[in-house]
Amino acid sequence: MPKEIEYTAQPYDWETRAYWEGCGRHELVLQRCRDCGAVQHRPRALCVSCLSDAIEHFAASGRGTVHTFTVTNQNGLPAFREACPYVLAYVALDEGPQLMTNIVGCEPAEVEIGMRVVVEFCDVEGEAGEGAAAVPRFRPA
Amino acid sequence: MSVSGKVAIAGVYEHPARWAPNKTENQIMAECARGALDDAGLALSDVDGLFAAGIGMGIMGVVNLAEYLNLKPDYLDGTNIGGSSFVAHVSHAAAAIHAGMCEVALVLYGSTAASNAMAIGTGMGSGGRDPHGAFVGPYGMTTVGSYAMVAQRHMNTYGTKSEQLAQIAAATRFHASLNPQAKMRDPIEVEDVLASRVISSPLHLLDCCIISDGGGAVVVTSVARAKDLAKKPVIVQGCGEAVCHQEVGTPDLLTVAAKQSGEKAFRMAGLAREDVDFCTIYDSFTITVLVTLECLGFCKPGEGGSFVEDGRIRLGGALPVNPDGGGLSSNHPGMRGIFLVIEAVRQLRGECDGRQVEDAKIACVHGTGGILGVSHSGATLLLANEAG
Repeated sequence: MPKEIEYTAQPYDWETRAYWEGCGRHELVLQRCRDCGAVQHRPRALCVSCLSDAIEHFAASGRGTVHTFTVTNQNGLPAFREACPYVLAYVALDEGPQLMTNIVGCEPAEVEIGMRVVVEFCDVEGEAGEGAAAVPRFRPA
Repeated sequence: MSVSGKVAIAGVYEHPARWAPNKTENQIMAECARGALDDAGLALSDVDGLFAAGIGMGIMGVVNLAEYLNLKPDYLDGTNIGGSSFVAHVSHAAAAIHAGMCEVALVLYGSTAASNAMAIGTGMGSGGRDPHGAFVGPYGMTTVGSYAMVAQRHMNTYGTKSEQLAQIAAATRFHASLNPQAKMRDPIEVEDVLASRVISSPLHLLDCCIISDGGGAVVVTSVARAKDLAKKPVIVQGCGEAVCHQEVGTPDLLTVAAKQSGEKAFRMAGLAREDVDFCTIYDSFTITVLVTLECLGFCKPGEGGSFVEDGRIRLGGALPVNPDGGGLSSNHPGMRGIFLVIEAVRQLRGECDGRQVEDAKIACVHGTGGILGVSHSGATLLLANEAG
């Protein structure tokens, strides 16, 4: 039985702090531009659709669809070697942006493109932002 | 106004080493410089432009290389956009030469990726421990994994089969069997690819490029200067570059940078896809070749699977791809773009003996740099001999 990937607290800077603080609250935080309405991820200081500074953060639904994935059978990095096989995926969030993640909670062979998934948060050691550090991943909805 | 037809490749050299634990990377580059300058009939003292990139070449890399070679060029370019860098260096050199900034440009690459036991595909993809990498780093993305996600999406969208990707590996190995310098020369069939272990689904071991040591050099100069040199000039007819990233908006993993860079290069050259006699395409993985052929316009999106069947991309087929055996079978010292240029030039000069593309006049060269499914660069060149 392969071990799960052991996540660690992630480094952040002031552009990405709100995202990781959200993870600590078990909320998937995205950015929206108050001027043009564009939703973006990963977080940036400016809206890259209109270059406005008027960025606000909001908690996304945490729901999405598997856009694509791969079952990783080989990774030489010690942190991941014992977790093989694991599922690396892009999830297209219902709000539009797409993020890279892992799919857990089912056999790797059961993952399909188009599968509906929901976020879950894995609490990890250490602090990221003001909340407890956590890393988002997805499981079948 | 355009640089098309004004600049030529006058010399090339591919280092024969595939395993060079007793050489330094600077040494490999210097040996390649000697080889390419000999090929062109030029001396080191003729070089007034230096272009280089490398995995370990950070800030000042090209300056340190100039110091190693005791060169004091008028023009320096250390552009590093991944494995496609050297394809881009040729177009940057063409622009610089056309603008009068330098006259003889030397493009260099050397690497001991294999003897350093560098696990390019499965040991270094996951992003650094920095705020930018934090959106990738936790999840165990490998280089092969990012390309595998493109393959999975292509299969789901278009019904592309592993057997079709395997045709690319088998054709490329056939070409390598005809190249005495290639590292992997034993022929393989589609079944062998499918029987090899899955590294990152749906890509098998034999869908992945090899890792070798090696290096190469290219000498670029004006057409006027090239006419008096040792070898027949190969003319730069078109060039283009592009960047593709999948982060913001609605990502489209199946439209890669080759679409933008290819359209620009073909427009500049005034050439049609039907005019191209063969391609050298960065084959980090079989899927890279398939989506590149689609995005360069040699077939429609989704038709890449059927396009590569029936021997079309083999020597003797309508559009041979990577007649040297590519990165899948000949060599892949980390960043392979320079060999795409070198093989295209050798083919256009008719120097390739058993693997010669018959009546080769026009080549399409395309390099991909970086991580296909995340962010990558593309650089396209259209090269022609005097008959083209």
